[in-house]
Amino acid sequence: MQWETVIGLEIHAQLATRSKIFSGSATAYGAPPNTQANLVDLAYPGVLPVLNAEAVRMAVKFGLAINARITRRSVFARKNYFYPDLPKGYQISQYELPIVSGGAVDIMLDDGTVKRIDVTRAHLEEDAGKSLHEGLGGLTGVDLNRAGTPLIEIVSEPAMRSAREAVAYLKKIHTLVRYLSICDGNMQEGSFRCDANVSVRTHGAEKLGTRAEIKNLNSFRFVEKAINYEVGRQIELLEGGGQVVQETRLYDADRDETRSMRSKEEANDYRYFPDPDLLPVEIDQLYIDSVCASLPELPDQKAQRLRKDYGLSAYDAGVLTASAELADYYETVLEKAADFPGIAISPKHAANTVIGELAGLLNRDGIEISDSRVPPAALTTLLARIEDNTISGKIAKDVLEAMWEEGKDADSIIKDRGWRQITDESAIEAAIDAVMAANPTQLAQYRSGKDKLFGFFVGQAMKATQGKANPARLNELLKKKLSG
Amino acid sequence: MSALHDKSVAELSAALQARQVSSVEVTRAFLDRVERHQAGLNAFISISAEAALAEAAQADLRLGRKDAGPLTGIPIAHKDIFCTRGEKTTCGSRMLANFVSPYDATVVERLRGAGLVMLGKTNMDEFAMGSSNETSFFGPVHNPWDLKRVPGGSSGGSAAAVAARLAPAATATDTGGSIRQPAALCGVTGLKPTYGRVSRFGMIAFASSLDQGGLITRSAEDAALLLGAMAGFDERDSTSVELPVPDYSAALGQPLKGLRIGVLKEFFDTGLDAEIEQHIRAAIELLRAQGAVVKDVSLPNLPLSVPTYYVVAPAECSSNLARFDGVRYGYRCDNPRDLLDLYTRSRGEGFGAEVKRRIMTGTYVLSAGYYDAFYLKAQRVRQLISNDFERAFHEVDVVIGPTTPTTAFELGAKTADPVTMYLNDIYTIGANLAGLPAISLPCGISHGLPTSMQIIGPHFGEERLLNVAHRYQLESDWHRRAPPGYA
Repeated sequence: MQWETVIGLEIHAQLATRSKIFSGSATAYGAPPNTQANLVDLAYPGVLPVLNAEAVRMAVKFGLAINARITRRSVFARKNYFYPDLPKGYQISQYELPIVSGGAVDIMLDDGTVKRIDVTRAHLEEDAGKSLHEGLGGLTGVDLNRAGTPLIEIVSEPAMRSAREAVAYLKKIHTLVRYLSICDGNMQEGSFRCDANVSVRTHGAEKLGTRAEIKNLNSFRFVEKAINYEVGRQIELLEGGGQVVQETRLYDADRDETRSMRSKEEANDYRYFPDPDLLPVEIDQLYIDSVCASLPELPDQKAQRLRKDYGLSAYDAGVLTASAELADYYETVLEKAADFPGIAISPKHAANTVIGELAGLLNRDGIEISDSRVPPAALTTLLARIEDNTISGKIAKDVLEAMWEEGKDADSIIKDRGWRQITDESAIEAAIDAVMAANPTQLAQYRSGKDKLFGFFVGQAMKATQGKANPARLNELLKKKLSG
Repeated sequence: MSALHDKSVAELSAALQARQVSSVEVTRAFLDRVERHQAGLNAFISISAEAALAEAAQADLRLGRKDAGPLTGIPIAHKDIFCTRGEKTTCGSRMLANFVSPYDATVVERLRGAGLVMLGKTNMDEFAMGSSNETSFFGPVHNPWDLKRVPGGSSGGSAAAVAARLAPAATATDTGGSIRQPAALCGVTGLKPTYGRVSRFGMIAFASSLDQGGLITRSAEDAALLLGAMAGFDERDSTSVELPVPDYSAALGQPLKGLRIGVLKEFFDTGLDAEIEQHIRAAIELLRAQGAVVKDVSLPNLPLSVPTYYVVAPAECSSNLARFDGVRYGYRCDNPRDLLDLYTRSRGEGFGAEVKRRIMTGTYVLSAGYYDAFYLKAQRVRQLISNDFERAFHEVDVVIGPTTPTTAFELGAKTADPVTMYLNDIYTIGANLAGLPAISLPCGISHGLPTSMQIIGPHFGEERLLNVAHRYQLESDWHRRAPPGYA
């Protein structure tokens, strides 16, 4: 039987406000337990929530960035359930009237085609605190530092058909919230996480299969692995004549499997109702216009522009714009080319270097582009030295590596190491002559028609010049000399 | 000259400003009465004699420096639903029997700022849920007019304390009549302001969309003086309204000529005690004699108030009281086995029967499958009732009717049947559902017990309400009568 996977994601992004969504407490991560929880966060008798306007602004920003409708009058609702890390006994969220509805983002699939993923809604809510179980001698501790941190929950349509698509969508939203500066995107600290609704159905079926919800996935890798495991589990179950039950499951990364947490029957009845302590959020066109005017260039727009202005491929533009910092770096490299009049630095070449060699070094050392040990201007110099034939493209990789390690500029590394490319014809000729003299057999074979040996001579001559011969000049001279 | 404890807020203010008496003397006089009558009335949950005398001494210093406002040095009692920093705030419940608030409610803070001296915290129905003060964990309050009778509720302690001259004034709260009904049964003046006029910050929530802080005083004049000090926008309460606070005292003397009074047809239809009706009709005649125009008005949806209220209020309370879980503060059961045991026993032992009844009712009406039939429908009816009032206020300036169907009933008379008890609020609930200001004031005595009338006005119509009430009180003396033995 042919199975089709159907995935919808609920993404929780912590909004990067300085204070909490309904109280004045700070939201910084990692403070000692309960030092960032005031009486409102502790739900003391008599306290009341007051909405943080900045959280609203950020949610509207997100809505506009995905071309969604901004609800003119959205309403906060109480989601009632008991848990020690939920001090009020209810979470303030939005239910029937979320602040953002509709909207879509485009993702690029592995085959290079673009797919549009519809977003159902995005609503504002407060985060819960954390229950701590370790090192407390069997007791449970409650840390309310996170309680009341503003979240935007972004709910997609069940539009994704594979774990790869789900990850591409998640990455796209991740990119977007960081472009908008509304979320730091830190998945390890939990400021960007998601739940995945996964179901399978026979190919061509219209009706959705019964879904399982995998909770709290906090890395791109886990999302992919958890979904793949879950899809396999469901198919195996169905093919064995069983049925999928609607339930909440947890992904165990150590064992790479999902486990049942609670079934639909055990699910809470949250008794949602409008929160009488908060007024509806009224948003007018003037406000929307002002937020709209504050939007930065968004990833898709930026990619379009890079393709148009610099002739980049869709793939290169996509990679470069995955983060605003990476794209900024790239564009700064190109801007600095103005310091080298008369030398044309190829944008394509620059792109390859940034997303190839430089990205390799960043990944290897786990460094963000904004902290790169080779600043953009230094990379421009390196590229200029390739273009003006000071060094070869081959040796440029070594120069970059040395710049990375030693923090020096390209020119001093080329000078110190003596890596300046040899363009002097007499020197190259001397090297060629020596190689020819040392390999009479190969020379004879070449001259009797074995053209393939040309490469052998290039290699030998390069070696003789320690790789510093200008490859074009070397080729030219070698051809001339070999043919006698 | 009358005794200190028999003076109104206005008279005390004048005496203090003129330095005829010190705040310490006034405070001591009231504290003496509180102590003397506590055993008989049980009007207070806590008495802060020492702190009160210290505050009074401070007030005297300011009065001496001429650095005092009109309310400096005047004692007041706070309903124990308002959080008071460093002192117990119990809300009449075992759940909070030992809870010491780390902060002051906005109302307390503002009145403190105006120089008032806090005598203590008054008894109340548990979490303000009750109409007789019999649900208090600290025992019932007795009505000073007849100790066998209830003072009304939930602000029974505040009403009894003011009626018995234990305090010149007291704060109170009103969710379905909790200021007006006890004021009526104790023969004092009770003002429930417009929803949003007084900050709810620090006032322990019962039903957030209905709760409103207000006052119990001996006269409208005193209520006007105090309301100005406690009302106004508070950035800590999103539902408080950003409107300037008028000088309520300034409007008191305005003549009533041309005032349009609506007599609420539905209020006189059913179950109203005949003598109360007579007294109210007589009061209306007195206002007519001052130039008011009287006409009948009908609010056809008003009879649905009680069932509507008993869906909305429990729904909100079921959620508001979820925070009392034994985890962070308040009552916690002994040796909980696990989390569920901690929750169920802490709440089961910490809350009384009426509170539990309402939490269960509220949980039920919000549940999946029942929400539309109960909660949503109740919200729609609430809107209809609001619309009725709005229409009425196109025709008249205020409406007048009874506050309660009967005078004070005996302790224990209605505890067996919650619905009979709930019907006590039949005339008061409408103003809460519509968010309107309303005032209750005494208008007679029937078989030795006070009778009262209620005046309801349009949103933010407190000036008009106080004005009408004051003009009535200028022409009558019911509000000056003390319960026998408490003069």
